[in-house]
Amino acid sequence: MWRTTWRNLLAHKLRLAFSGLAIVLGVAFVSGTMIFTDTLNRTFTALFESTAADVSVHPAAAFATGVTGPGGGVDRLPSAVVGQVRAVDGVAAAEGYVRTEGVYVLDQDGEVLDTGGAPGVGISWFEERALSPSELVDGRAPEREGEVALDRATAERTGYAVGDRVSLLTPGPRVEAVVVGVFTFGEDGGLAGASLTAFDLGTAQAMLGLGDEFTGIDVRTAQGNPDEQVRDRIAAAVGDDYDVTTAQEQADERAAALEEGLSFITVLLTAFAGIALFVGSFIILNTFSMLVAQRTRELALLRALGAGRGQVTRSVLVEALVLGVTGSTLGVLGGFGIASALRAMFSTFGLTLDGGLVLSASTVAWSYAVGVLVTLVAAYLPARRAAATPPVAAMREDHVTVERSLRRRTLVGTVATVVGVTGLVGSFLVDGGTAAQLVGIGGLGLVLAVIALSPVLARPFARSVGAVLPRLWGTTGHLARQNAQRNPRRIAATASALMVGLALVTAFSILGASANASVDKLIGTSLRADFVVSTAVGQPFTPEVAERLRSVDSVDAVTQVRFGSALLADEETLIAAVDDTTLDRTLGLDYSDGGSAELAGSGLLVDQPTADRHGWAVGDTVEMVTPTGQAAELTVGGIFASNQAVAPALVSLETFTATGGSDLDRYLYLDVADGAEQSVRSAVQAAIDPYPVVTLKDRDEFADEQKGQVDQILMLINALLVLSVLIAVLGIVNTLAMSVLERTREIGLLRAIGMTREQLRRTVRLESVLISVYGSVLGLLLGGLLGVSLTRALSDQGISELVVPGVRLALFLALGALIGVLAAVWPARRAARMEVLDAIATA
Amino acid sequence: MTTVQQATTAADALAAAHTYAARGAALTKVYGHGDTRVVALDDVDVDFRRGEFTAIMGPSGSGKSTLMHCMAGLDGLTSGQAWIGETAIGGLDDKGLTRLRRDKVGFIFQAFNLLPTLTALENITLPMDIAGRTPDRAWLDGVIDAVGLRERLGHRPTELSGGQQQRVACARALASRPDIIFADEPTGNLDSRSGASVLAFLRTSVREMGQTVVMVTHDPSAASYADRVLFLADGRIVDEMLAPTADRVLERMKAFDTAGRVATKEI
Ligand SMILES: Nc1ncnc2c1ncn2[C@@H]1O[C@H](COP(=O)(O)OP(=O)(O)OP(=O)(O)O)[C@@H](O)[C@H]1O
Ligand SMILES: [Mg+2]
Repeated sequence: MWRTTWRNLLAHKLRLAFSGLAIVLGVAFVSGTMIFTDTLNRTFTALFESTAADVSVHPAAAFATGVTGPGGGVDRLPSAVVGQVRAVDGVAAAEGYVRTEGVYVLDQDGEVLDTGGAPGVGISWFEERALSPSELVDGRAPEREGEVALDRATAERTGYAVGDRVSLLTPGPRVEAVVVGVFTFGEDGGLAGASLTAFDLGTAQAMLGLGDEFTGIDVRTAQGNPDEQVRDRIAAAVGDDYDVTTAQEQADERAAALEEGLSFITVLLTAFAGIALFVGSFIILNTFSMLVAQRTRELALLRALGAGRGQVTRSVLVEALVLGVTGSTLGVLGGFGIASALRAMFSTFGLTLDGGLVLSASTVAWSYAVGVLVTLVAAYLPARRAAATPPVAAMREDHVTVERSLRRRTLVGTVATVVGVTGLVGSFLVDGGTAAQLVGIGGLGLVLAVIALSPVLARPFARSVGAVLPRLWGTTGHLARQNAQRNPRRIAATASALMVGLALVTAFSILGASANASVDKLIGTSLRADFVVSTAVGQPFTPEVAERLRSVDSVDAVTQVRFGSALLADEETLIAAVDDTTLDRTLGLDYSDGGSAELAGSGLLVDQPTADRHGWAVGDTVEMVTPTGQAAELTVGGIFASNQAVAPALVSLETFTATGGSDLDRYLYLDVADGAEQSVRSAVQAAIDPYPVVTLKDRDEFADEQKGQVDQILMLINALLVLSVLIAVLGIVNTLAMSVLERTREIGLLRAIGMTREQLRRTVRLESVLISVYGSVLGLLLGGLLGVSLTRALSDQGISELVVPGVRLALFLALGALIGVLAAVWPARRAARMEVLDAIATA
Repeated sequence: MTTVQQATTAADALAAAHTYAARGAALTKVYGHGDTRVVALDDVDVDFRRGEFTAIMGPSGSGKSTLMHCMAGLDGLTSGQAWIGETAIGGLDDKGLTRLRRDKVGFIFQAFNLLPTLTALENITLPMDIAGRTPDRAWLDGVIDAVGLRERLGHRPTELSGGQQQRVACARALASRPDIIFADEPTGNLDSRSGASVLAFLRTSVREMGQTVVMVTHDPSAASYADRVLFLADGRIVDEMLAPTADRVLERMKAFDTAGRVATKEI
């Protein structure tokens, strides 16, 4: 029995390679996704864990701000607190430190070192070595003003060594210093692309204007004192004004935030892994059905000669096992490829992952489990059928496909359709997060519905849309159309890979095009400024830039914009602080009442939805509480139509600074004298040259930059499209090969009565195109529905326009047809090559 | 008339094409080599007159199917030459052979003659549809009436009986008015009643429609429908009988058996 098994494996190399490829792809997606996620986690969690002190103390925010990253005020922690903490039982050491973002090393050409979007961090050097996550590898620690130490990666990238002079951009003034030391950070020295610059404590405090205060305290616990216990004791000692967290809590928190930020990618990847596996198992099922069908006689003969049913089944399953194990192994290797491709893609988005890829035991386990199990299950069904075939029947007849009823499909599909449609329609009736959730539920429902219903729809589609085939290609078209109707389940399963892939891509294309159009509209209608000054990844910069620009000739107005978060009437709201004097010159807001004149002093401008929600009118008084706990009474001075260029609420710079807001700018909007747009540019550029971190953009460049982010995400989606196309092609090739094989005698007959090879090829090709166009049409329709609903649901996120990129979608359809043509090449050639007499003689 | 003089000039060939729907000269077909070498046709000269119904008989493995396949352009010859009308098959490439089969030859197999996805009528007109020609309506009507399937034209093959399916196959072979029709055991799978109706139809097509039919059969009574019977043995034509009757054919075949030949018909 085993010898037959082996012989079969070898005899059907090509077809096995084929289903093997399907397993490889499916497993590659699963393992690639897992490897990539693990690598992400390793990079960040390891960084957080190895760098966080046992227990840390920070000033408590008045509320947990939804705004992360720079932009809020500077943490301030009086030096007296350090003494309180040291006195706590179980504290081995405690030290105050200063840490800030926005410290960038300029390379030897005076350019900001490209951190790929990761922050440039400045820290004070710890006196207490046990508390420091940094380890000197060269030189010494910075001890006075004018001395810094650099992390090793930064030193290597810039080429600086101990003794070199460097220029640094800081949140305060630009700093010139000498490199006195080089250090590694954390356990493996990885910083995920971030750069780290260490100063002595006094310099760091002066840089942020902290006096003798700190931004935080790090604590090392004494032996035998669990972090949690010490945390609780410290919390009791310092009171409610400070947040006390353990290393574990910090790491978890940041890892969770990271995961949430990347969940979109994970979901997408998982979806594609799902498609790959679905198609993969379908291909395996097909392949084994074919292999078994071809061998029905042989198996029946074995049975007639006394082999038990179990033996026959086992023989097929062993083949599947060998295939599954081989495929999974190659799949894990392929997963590495996918993960490194993703890493490369992400680094172009500005997320650099240092270190090797992480292959965890669970990735390997899952990959094999999925690959082998899917293969075994897919092979079991035909094997059981083969074993159940009575020997006599198998010797007599050629394989008959029994058509099962589609009633259950119709039922399931109908229920899913109802759920899906309800979700999508519901999403149009509500706003915000609920709408997005409804789109999610509705979308999932519709995807399931289409998968369930597509065998039911396949025949009507082939009949109606396929009707053009006979008209254009006569008999070959007619035959292709008839063939496409023969096994609707198989057609549907084949088309579904393309369907799901195209649906995703279509939905995101609509969303992307709408987002881009919204950016254009926004900039067209509300940006009055001629130039925008900002930094690449939105990190704040010194107000000196604005000062310098104000003194440039022909620059009429400079509007500084800062962002922060505050409680307005107890509701957390994103607020923007702007120059009230120049606002109208640079930003055209659409006021329904009041105006920018009322912003000065303690004025407040709110957008319509916010005003409606609170029932505010011009003249009302509103209490604002900032994260630093400072409060202010503001008077509503105007209500404007919601605008993405600003926040739901605007305050004056004066109010912002007075309530503890950061004194760093996020955007500068410049209005120059009419007609001077060209001539003034070089003067403006010259004014900002000393600040390499900020860039100057005119209106078009600014629009392109905004759209660039959308386009990058679209590129990622398109890369995934390529992969789903690849899988779809495999599926179609497989189905066609199977059909060709099943129809060997028909093909022989057709050739005998005078069909040319080219006509035969065309028949196969047209059938293939019909299948792929079917999948594409379903995908486009589904994706269209999802895209439109999603865009609508996100309208309060600034996607105000709805654009359906018709040309692009038409291209997708054409691509679908082309996929059909390509997928048919090999099966068609096989069909055409068959020897007439052999084909006829085939039973 | 089991041999023809080799036609040496084009004029001769043309003259021959007038008389003969198909001819074969020194037909030799060898399968395999070495130990597995089988001479299926051994230097056979054969001709089929226009408007004649020929039956071919002989023990299993004697080369009947091979002869038909080689004559119809379904299989290549090892040596020798075959003509359909005035077309020499040996000089044709795959495209030429395909076109020949489509336009000049009708073929009826023992079973599985029809495409399951097409209706009876679509199956009948298939060769012309493939060629992109419109069928000759009057002729087609005549053929359909002759096979007696007018009621069943819209049916799929699975909805037809075996005999009806074979008659559809006959109608298809006839519909494009080929030079010659080859039928390899067309009644082999049928009961005697259905078989008789197929045979009657083939005879009608020869007698009344002027067609040329060559049919392989193992059944003496089927052979009796023909105008003449050729007997094959070991890849050679060993005898010919004109105006056969079932009894005479049976007698002749017994002679083969008593000569020590045992028909080992495969299953
Ligand atoms: N493709 C092939 N390869 C090798 N040998 C073949 C092939 N086809 C036929 N033969 C051999 O050629 C000889 C003639 O075969 P053929 O099929 O013409 O016989 P037949 O007279 O039609 O027999 P039957 O009455 O059983 O149909 C046989 O010995 C057969 O084994
Ligand atoms: Mg035969």
